[in-house]
Amino acid sequence: MNQPMAIRHVLLAAALTATVGAVQAQGNAALDGIAKYREMLQDGNPAELFEMKGEELWKQKRGPKNASLEQCDLGKGPGVIAGAFTEMPRYFKDTGKVMDLETRLIHCMVTLQGFDEAALYKAAPSIGKGEGANLVAITTYVATQSKGMRFNLPYNTEQEKTMYEVGKRLFFQRGGPHDFACSTCHGTEGGRIRLQDLPNLTKNPGDGIGFAAWPAYRVSNSQMWTMQKRLNDCYRQQRFPEPKFGSDATIALGVYMGVNAKGAESIVPAIKR
Amino acid sequence: MADPMRIRAALAGDETTVRVLMSHPMEPGTRKDASGALIPAHYIKDVEATVNGKSVLKAMFSGSVSQNPFLSFKFKGAAKGDKVTVKWTDSKGDSRTDEAAIA
Repeated sequence: MNQPMAIRHVLLAAALTATVGAVQAQGNAALDGIAKYREMLQDGNPAELFEMKGEELWKQKRGPKNASLEQCDLGKGPGVIAGAFTEMPRYFKDTGKVMDLETRLIHCMVTLQGFDEAALYKAAPSIGKGEGANLVAITTYVATQSKGMRFNLPYNTEQEKTMYEVGKRLFFQRGGPHDFACSTCHGTEGGRIRLQDLPNLTKNPGDGIGFAAWPAYRVSNSQMWTMQKRLNDCYRQQRFPEPKFGSDATIALGVYMGVNAKGAESIVPAIKR
Repeated sequence: MADPMRIRAALAGDETTVRVLMSHPMEPGTRKDASGALIPAHYIKDVEATVNGKSVLKAMFSGSVSQNPFLSFKFKGAAKGDKVTVKWTDSKGDSRTDEAAIA
């Protein structure tokens, strides 16, 4: 009686190993395929069109004050854009707030160009038209000037440390009809939804992954997405109420992910399926 | 006025590779908006590339080409510094011409 049982165990174990092996091989082939597809797309990344438009808007005299954004201080002094993106969100003394690139650009459009702040915040979520589209283009242009640089947020003020803690709590806060949190998908290693790899955002997920991969052009809907839009859609997918554009919650999450991504290389503008 | 194109042209050996990124909505004319009304067609119909006044590529696009189309092609017989000119004309008669020097 004992012997056949033992044999059956061995056979079962062998069968299991074979199955697991096949699943893994299939997974790798699929992932290699996606990597190849992304490589092909990279050659003609339409994000460059947004970058070109953004550069024009950065230098163009606009708004009631008929001024350009060239004197905008993104944290490294007026007009310095190289390396600014990989050090944001950061604390700004002049506003007394921690700001990400997008909210800082709105601040400059208000102070330098004389645009109406409330109107800009209202227009910003509509990424395909008007000032919302313009903000996406300028964000893409500025962020692209830090391509290849590594994330290194200053993270040395009380305000930034508070934002990091708030961001961390939001990241793990479960809620909504599905009892979801950001950490449900982005808190473990090796997860994926269908064919999409899910980066672990509680640490540095690697060069050009997660926080270091946005703004990105999305081929499936021909849209350029910034981090604000990315976060908004993450919350929509979790069936949470969508956060307001530039709200403290989105910036806190940006600080949390940005500090965690220290040392990761920015590949912006990225391209996504 | 349509947005500018991004044109890159590079010579390797005797072959020039041209890569063009066009900014265009490429509306096929078969999609409907939120209220169910048909969105009118608006897409690039003709593309022509010339080098020193000589045509090197002529293409006919349709509404099935994606938004912000990317076009890559190769040709022989150009020198570094020659200007590649690309012109597209869309279904509304609008057109855009841009040029780049071969690097």
